[in-house]
Amino acid sequence: MAKLHISTTINGEPIEFLCDPPQTMLEVLRDQLGLTGSKEGCGSGDCGACSITVDGRLVCSCLMLAAEAEGHRLETIEGMARGDQLHPLQKKFVELAALQCGICTPGFLVASKALLDRNPNPTETEVRYWLAGNLCRCTGYDKIIRAVMEVAADMRETAR
Amino acid sequence: MHTFILERPRDLAAALAFHAQAGRNDAPAEYIAGGTDMVQLLQEHVRRPERLVSLAGLLDGHIEAGPQGLRLGAAATMADVAVHPAVVEQFPVISEALLNSASPQVRNQATMGGNLLQRTRCPYFRDVGYAACNKRSPGSGCSAIDGENRWHAVVGTSDDCIAANPSDLAVALVALEAGVELRGAGGQRFVPLIDFHRLPGNTPHIESVLEPGEVIAAITVPASSTARRSHYLKVRDRASFEFAVVSAAVALDMDGGRIRAARVALGGVGTKPWRVPKVEAALAGGSLDPAVLRRAAALAAEGAQGRGHNDFKIELMQRAIVRAIETAGARA
Ligand SMILES: Cc1cc2nc3c(=O)[nH]c(=O)nc-3n(C[C@H](O)[C@H](O)[C@H](O)COP(=O)(O)OP(=O)(O)OC[C@H]3O[C@@H](n4cnc5c(N)ncnc54)[C@H](O)[C@@H]3O)c2cc1C
Ligand code: SF4
Ligand code: FES
Ligand code: FES
Repeated sequence: MAKLHISTTINGEPIEFLCDPPQTMLEVLRDQLGLTGSKEGCGSGDCGACSITVDGRLVCSCLMLAAEAEGHRLETIEGMARGDQLHPLQKKFVELAALQCGICTPGFLVASKALLDRNPNPTETEVRYWLAGNLCRCTGYDKIIRAVMEVAADMRETAR
Repeated sequence: MHTFILERPRDLAAALAFHAQAGRNDAPAEYIAGGTDMVQLLQEHVRRPERLVSLAGLLDGHIEAGPQGLRLGAAATMADVAVHPAVVEQFPVISEALLNSASPQVRNQATMGGNLLQRTRCPYFRDVGYAACNKRSPGSGCSAIDGENRWHAVVGTSDDCIAANPSDLAVALVALEAGVELRGAGGQRFVPLIDFHRLPGNTPHIESVLEPGEVIAAITVPASSTARRSHYLKVRDRASFEFAVVSAAVALDMDGGRIRAARVALGGVGTKPWRVPKVEAALAGGSLDPAVLRRAAALAAEGAQGRGHNDFKIELMQRAIVRAIETAGARA
């Protein structure tokens, strides 16, 4: 069957790829483009480990057909650090040990960044509800929530 | 994943020409919008269409509120509708139903049209390892009637299928007497949402009144005296990110402490979004006294039939109605 030719932008770079209709965005990111930061935890929208943003909106890449990336701007975990310079959320996750096995971490980071980009001053309840689509079986969530709350406070401080 | 041809038509007219049909497992062509349900169904080989027609960019996504009421373009996302100021203020039951659905990721992807046509969460329907499922393979039997049926419906069921409709949004919308604008190659028609989904009867594989080719173009919600004082109560196994075990959408028009008019619909218990007109009639003119509410709510159980594991839903749905009315009634 003829492959589909898709033009898109990933982490600011124009990217073209060929895919079959049934391929998900997650499969193409990981298996074809070498962007293995996004993880497959479930493949059914339940865990959030595959979270990316499309035109700034947080989505599950496992529920998106790769062909639907045509003409859109995607951001993945690979676009979060600036060279060697970690994003404040990444630094804080390390500092507070907000991860153990790390499978869920890229998804939590992408989701947390999407939250802080739109709401720099979230309440703890807002953070917990926003991250309800991201599952973690190691940390018990508290450290993750604390990391996001602290980064939000730090970023407001710096912005002042 | 199942292999299919993906059509990405340039405009809606070209899309309609493929005669795709949602909500029917035997349709050779089907639409995909946000993909949040469709991709899973393809992945699990539950749906095996020859052709998938992408609606991306082809349908209106505007949210408009005016004196006539609300109009939601079929492409509007669950996330955008949920926080739209007019929806939050004038139709809170819609916003609450959406915010209590799925996760932020899914709400960002999923559309209004797709939400109304999402397939049941019956575990036998979604697992092709079970041969018997009339909805998936017509005439094969039903694994749920004598199986694990805790999640299944107690009203609107048939001997062929007892699957519950999973949409929270649809429950809020039928309470508000919403309708859907359909577009097909032959033109446009309007269908009240209460008549849009079909009862299973002996054709559970046909879920809606959509004809081949037709799409949902928009949802309309008429302005009403009840919408502003409305509430969605969702009872589920955990506090967020879970489908409803039972839910109740209520909308009230109050005259002091007296109910002038009430609209009540139930989720998690019906094979389609389930409005309960007898309960509404019994509530009209009455007070918010719990005993009065309870007597009216009891009418929802008329004709309800449990299948063992889901018997508890018959009691739970009456309590959900009472609680939801108390909450809405206490609102300013
Ligand atoms: C993890 C998870 C949790 C969820 N939790 C909930 C929940 O708690 N409550 C709830 O209500 N829902 C829940 N959902 C379901 C979700 O709301 C639906 O998957 C979503 O609304 C479908 O919209 P979509 O645009 O992605 O549709 P798609 O998946 O693209 O399509 C679904 C169906 O609709 C048809 N279709 C789509 N648009 C149109 C149109 N305009 N005209 C005709 N046919 C059309 C398609 O052909 C297909 O049959 C959950 C989903 C996931 C993945
Ligand atoms: S309840 Fe309906 S969907 Fe579930 S197994 Fe029976 S026929 Fe299939
Ligand atoms: S892999 Fe996408 S949500 Fe789990
Ligand atoms: S750190 Fe292991 S799943 Fe979250």
